[in-house]
Amino acid sequence: MSTAIHNIRASYAFAERNWNLVKRYWAWEIVWLFYSIANSLSVAFIGLGMEVLSGNTGAIDTSFLVLYLLIGTLVWRYFSSIFYWVTEVIAIERWEGTIEYTLMAPVPRIIHMVGHTAFAMVYSLLFTGVILLLTALIFDLNLSQANLLGGVLVLVAGSFSFVGIGVMGAVLPLLFPERGAQMTHIIIATLLLVSGVYYPIEVLPQAFQTMSVISPATYVLEGVRAALLENASLSALWPDIWPTLLLALVMVPAGLWIFEQAERYAKRKGRLARNG
Amino acid sequence: MLVQANGNGSDNRAPAVRVDNIYKAFGSEKKRWQWLPWVGSNHGENGETANGQARGEDEKGITVAVDHLNFEIHDGEIFGVLGPNGSGKSTLIRLMSTLLLPDEGTITIFGHDAEREPMAVQRAINRVSVEASFFKKLSPMENLLYGARLYGLDGRKVRKEVVEILERLSIPKKNINQPMDEMSRGMQQKVAVARALLSSPMLLLLDEPTTGLDPRSKREVQAFVRELRDEHGTTILLTTHDMEEADKLCDRIAILDNGAIVALDTPAGLKAMVPAENGNVPTLENVFLELTGKKLVKETDLV
Repeated sequence: MSTAIHNIRASYAFAERNWNLVKRYWAWEIVWLFYSIANSLSVAFIGLGMEVLSGNTGAIDTSFLVLYLLIGTLVWRYFSSIFYWVTEVIAIERWEGTIEYTLMAPVPRIIHMVGHTAFAMVYSLLFTGVILLLTALIFDLNLSQANLLGGVLVLVAGSFSFVGIGVMGAVLPLLFPERGAQMTHIIIATLLLVSGVYYPIEVLPQAFQTMSVISPATYVLEGVRAALLENASLSALWPDIWPTLLLALVMVPAGLWIFEQAERYAKRKGRLARNG
Repeated sequence: MLVQANGNGSDNRAPAVRVDNIYKAFGSEKKRWQWLPWVGSNHGENGETANGQARGEDEKGITVAVDHLNFEIHDGEIFGVLGPNGSGKSTLIRLMSTLLLPDEGTITIFGHDAEREPMAVQRAINRVSVEASFFKKLSPMENLLYGARLYGLDGRKVRKEVVEILERLSIPKKNINQPMDEMSRGMQQKVAVARALLSSPMLLLLDEPTTGLDPRSKREVQAFVRELRDEHGTTILLTTHDMEEADKLCDRIAILDNGAIVALDTPAGLKAMVPAENGNVPTLENVFLELTGKKLVKETDLV
């Protein structure tokens, strides 16, 4: 059997397993979907509330503000979904007690990650799509003039660098069996703070603005907003696409390298046992 | 006291496994990093004894799990490792499974170094551990498909094989697509055996595979192990603290205590080391007691 077929089958194993887990834990997925919709709606309602809070009726373009916030919350839902799926590559195995069986299988780590992250990207895209549909119905959004395809393209381009960040985050549950999964929140919280999810990054202190340069979410949010709010063409979106691809080019190999070093350390210290 | 094989049970076949001066210790880092809030008490396999005390722990907090082991396993042999909880059996299995890296020494499996060529070793081995270790909400079919695909197997063929193997192991057909957590421990363990077999390993590592099984399930798994060797020539390493099981199944047995081999020979050879009392043939329990001054299975192990 050729190595390529072996690797395709092994990679598919992770995607199929994750889909089976989603089906079996369907009640949890419904809960998470409900939470995500409620959360996105709450953020979007801030846009409507601003007019009331300022007492200056007509001075604020509320429909622009609602869409601005909605794009922020949806993009963030998508990226955090990818991030948590990827970082759970180890945590889920510890929880189920299968970590040793998976890591002793003859599967190169990159093949392992390809299957796992491909599923994460597709699943997160569908999950975010459902939230977009429901929120669009509630806010009666008019996206007829928006460059939806361009928005999706920017989003997908940005996914790869988030995969790289996720793989780096997955190292924490590998090294710290008891609290590693919780420690990954530090990464996602920092990105949320500096990337301009709910506000333009210009309002941030200079140090945070500097950090936003290396966050792929910064470019994706700018690009998706340009596509959906200003109907920007693909060529106009390119300045937001190439930095995310460049970041991915650095972050994905860096994430894999860090993961391999951490795995070797965990094997040296005996940290691959189930539940730590 | 170390009693090595004196020729009994050894043969001229090429070794499937060569364990050369392997040493593994845990715990030195625990004290160094103890002030960190997330460094807890659980460090993988510190190897505790049945009464919860760390085994072989020196004054620096280092626990020696496996202490300079040397042995070979012949191709097609069932090699037993007998020892109480915390004697280093599971650490040895993890070292052979490429899940642990040794501090010293090498393990060579079918000519491949476990540390330097892990992928080649992983292709040749599979394992059944004392815990069945499955995705609990997934069915046996889903779990076995996942496991088999990791070894590059074709899903369509695997589906057919899964049904055949599970039927051979007396798993009712209705359970094949039910979640694992609705099955008894005995049935789960049989599914674990099936998972290992699907990849047709050249070396099967069995880490207390029958612990906690009812007598019937235990006999079925044991018969399957013997059949694997007899019909497929699979080399098997079996760790257990069940003396009868080791006696029945193994060609040779290493007795492990505090991470070190205290004796290695055929079951008959080991029993010959102990004088018969009142005309009774000694058991492996007598051998272990004689060599280590300890009982193999403590009362707390049976709870």
